[in-house]
Amino acid sequence: MTASRRTFLKVSAAAGGALMLRATLPGAVRAEAPAEPLTAFVRIAPDGVVTILSKNPEIGQGIRTMLPMVIAEELDVAWSQVRIEQAPLDEAKFGRQFAGGSQATPMNYDPLRRVGAAGRQMLVTAAAARWGVPAAECRTEAGVVFHDRTARNLGYGALASDASKLPVPDLARIVLKDPRTFKIIGQPIHGVENPKIVTGQKLFGIDTVVPGMVHAVFQKCPVFGGKVVSANVDTIKKLSGIHDAFIVRGHQGADRQSLTDGVAILAKSWWVANRARDKLEIVWDEGAATSQSSKGFAEKAASLAQGSPASWLRRDGDAQGALKDAAHVVAAAYSYPFLPHIDLEPQNCTAHFQNGKVELWAPTQNPGPGQKLVAATLGIPESDVTVNMTRIGGGFGRRLRNDFMVEAAAISRRAGVPVKLVWNRADDMRHDFYRPAGFHFLKGGLDDKGVLTALSDHFVTFGQGGKLADAAQMEATEFPAALVPNLAFGQSVMELGVPTGPLRAPRSNALAFVFQSFIDELAHKGGRDPVEFRLAILGEPKVLPGGNGRGFDTGRMSAVLRKVAEVSDWANRDSLPARTAKGVAFYFSHFGYFAEVVQTTVSAQGEIKLDHVWVVGDVGSQIINPSGAENQVQGAALDGLGAALGQGITIERGRVVEANFDTVRPLRIDQVPAVEVHFLITDHPPTGLGEPALPPVIPALCNAIFAATGKRIRGLPIDTELLKV
Amino acid sequence: MNYTIKINGVSRTVDVDGDMPLLWVLRDELDLKGSKFGCGAGLCGACTVHLDGVAVRGCQTPISSVGTASVSTIEGMTADPVGRRLQEAWLALDVPQCGYCQAGQIMSATALLRRTPRPNDGDIDAAMTGNVCRCCSYTRIRAAIKMAAGSGEKS
Ligand code: FES
Ligand code: FES
Repeated sequence: MTASRRTFLKVSAAAGGALMLRATLPGAVRAEAPAEPLTAFVRIAPDGVVTILSKNPEIGQGIRTMLPMVIAEELDVAWSQVRIEQAPLDEAKFGRQFAGGSQATPMNYDPLRRVGAAGRQMLVTAAAARWGVPAAECRTEAGVVFHDRTARNLGYGALASDASKLPVPDLARIVLKDPRTFKIIGQPIHGVENPKIVTGQKLFGIDTVVPGMVHAVFQKCPVFGGKVVSANVDTIKKLSGIHDAFIVRGHQGADRQSLTDGVAILAKSWWVANRARDKLEIVWDEGAATSQSSKGFAEKAASLAQGSPASWLRRDGDAQGALKDAAHVVAAAYSYPFLPHIDLEPQNCTAHFQNGKVELWAPTQNPGPGQKLVAATLGIPESDVTVNMTRIGGGFGRRLRNDFMVEAAAISRRAGVPVKLVWNRADDMRHDFYRPAGFHFLKGGLDDKGVLTALSDHFVTFGQGGKLADAAQMEATEFPAALVPNLAFGQSVMELGVPTGPLRAPRSNALAFVFQSFIDELAHKGGRDPVEFRLAILGEPKVLPGGNGRGFDTGRMSAVLRKVAEVSDWANRDSLPARTAKGVAFYFSHFGYFAEVVQTTVSAQGEIKLDHVWVVGDVGSQIINPSGAENQVQGAALDGLGAALGQGITIERGRVVEANFDTVRPLRIDQVPAVEVHFLITDHPPTGLGEPALPPVIPALCNAIFAATGKRIRGLPIDTELLKV
Repeated sequence: MNYTIKINGVSRTVDVDGDMPLLWVLRDELDLKGSKFGCGAGLCGACTVHLDGVAVRGCQTPISSVGTASVSTIEGMTADPVGRRLQEAWLALDVPQCGYCQAGQIMSATALLRRTPRPNDGDIDAAMTGNVCRCCSYTRIRAAIKMAAGSGEKS
């Protein structure tokens, strides 16, 4: 990585003879992205304890464990010597602090190795100088420098002070370990906060306690963008246990992430505040969004599909002409719903506004923008907004938006006391930034040998104020672009009043379903094996544009596809009993190559039993923490299956119908199949794991259902009525 | 009104409405934050506690209904031989992802193993299906229960 040349390391002595390493690191993985300085902080104390600051929020992706592992490996200390501290929010000092996009590994792997290796080199140099021997004769192990010939050794702690006075090595020239000698990287290291989690200690945002705080709920308009006309706050204030109740006005001109109109109720206990909502009467001005509904969107999309797309994302060859000449044509309409994030910890935030300044305790994936948003909404300088990051009970992209921070801050300012705002489940489900719904009208053409000659898609998506809605885009490089001679991707846009945003594997979580299902339809139409048909389209190994500038390597994809066929015994799938079948799909996202096979059994009543899932992924040369990696990949695959089987948001009259886990159904343990995870280790820089295993599992399931029942699933969540015999 | 209840072996008195759910008594009145709020409707199990050893949803259990029953929470599991075995299995298999559901999972699993020391997959499904893990760490939850029961794989 040439980027490491720009890594800048500072070394200093800290109180009591500790060695401090501070590195400013290049954050950009792409040439066109702004260079965002990241910073690593490592402290080696005289007692040999190594403290590593974890600067990003922890959402369950294991970041608080994984990045320190990389430093500790090259520093050559034992994992038991390492302590991890959560850094406060200070982006001026640390660079961007966020969790999302499976970015942590590609951004940090190489630079952090160099920081660790530089520290080790300085400690060796210090030891060699003290003993008067050549540094090359010294070796290290578990935080100790050894000189075997003279049988001497010194712990890092004893050398920290000497090392802090040495010149800083050139990070670009530093010698890194041979990965075959890794002792920490590649070992299953467990979550550092697990002992606290299993004993129920305070960790999460919702567990925050600030002296003198009161508990708050905030009732917003069920219709997106609605405003309060009036509310019976005086009646509410008189209820027993209620501390205060008032109308909060939305922040003028603010976007949907910011403050919206609502009524705050404050009480000594959250339950008392929440109960008072039963007595709350609010007159709303519901606004324009009341004309919107899921049904209306579907009808509008179908009518738009009758015409030409409003714009073209891509046109290769002559798709229309080739479809006319094709021996076989398949036309199909696919759709997917709005999806909520359903973080198990409901959105919450604790805020204490006093003397013009505010301090927040926030389970946010994206604290920097939250700080800015609070400052802008309250009209105070950013430097007067302090954000403490807590552990997060599920992110999935929801907590990249910081509406809950602004609400808590505004309520605390108005109430004049510290406030813990906690949303109830209905608030959380009805005031999300949803994965946008979408509609695809596809045609595909095959020649008489079953070769794909043409493909067209009319994508009907959503826009807001002249731009595409957040997470509602499709790239012109979407598979099978550049692999079919005649291809057209067109797009039309409907205006949307519903807030949208990224959900784990944004865009990919929907587009994989559409394209990998439709490809399957074409394979069956042409009488081809779905694995072989896909391999034929991928063709000879080559790198196509896409993948955020890193390219899409068809050879890597073919390799994971072949491997998943092998481990799932794909070739013998015909021997399965009636209504039991396998389906396959692959997808490339977040730099990761994943191919997956699902085996399902569909009963005569249409019930879907998940029998087994095989996942094969290629995320490069190194799985840093195999324990966390397996957990993430299994979780991602099951997450996708849960969404396909039971999740979707219905909009009616501008509001969300669903409110809890009875109608948006999370996957439960009795539905869970064995999920077998394999990694192909390839000679590419390591990339992230939190997201790319999710997208292909949904079409793999739908393709298995087709193979088991002959019924093609073209809408989500899967309607089991369609599968009855 | 005053209610005196026994929690993890200690008597505690609170002055609250009788219909306040045990979950909120624990979290807001007694500052025992281990039991979690997820849905408030008996649908996720994040709030699972024990009444006389039986798993119940704290969000659906009014304080007035507790009476003389012994309440156990995740904070008391380290002192409970079965609970402790499960906590150790959870650690040995690195079960948590975000971790939010795990207190409730361990409480349901503890009640299961007390009743059925050697559960099969069907027993585990039946006892644990009320506990949602949004991160879908189910594979390891199942393995950890078997490990604690001595009927499953070692780490
Ligand atoms: S919070 Fe009690 S079951 Fe969900
Ligand atoms: S570990 Fe996140 S909800 Fe279970």
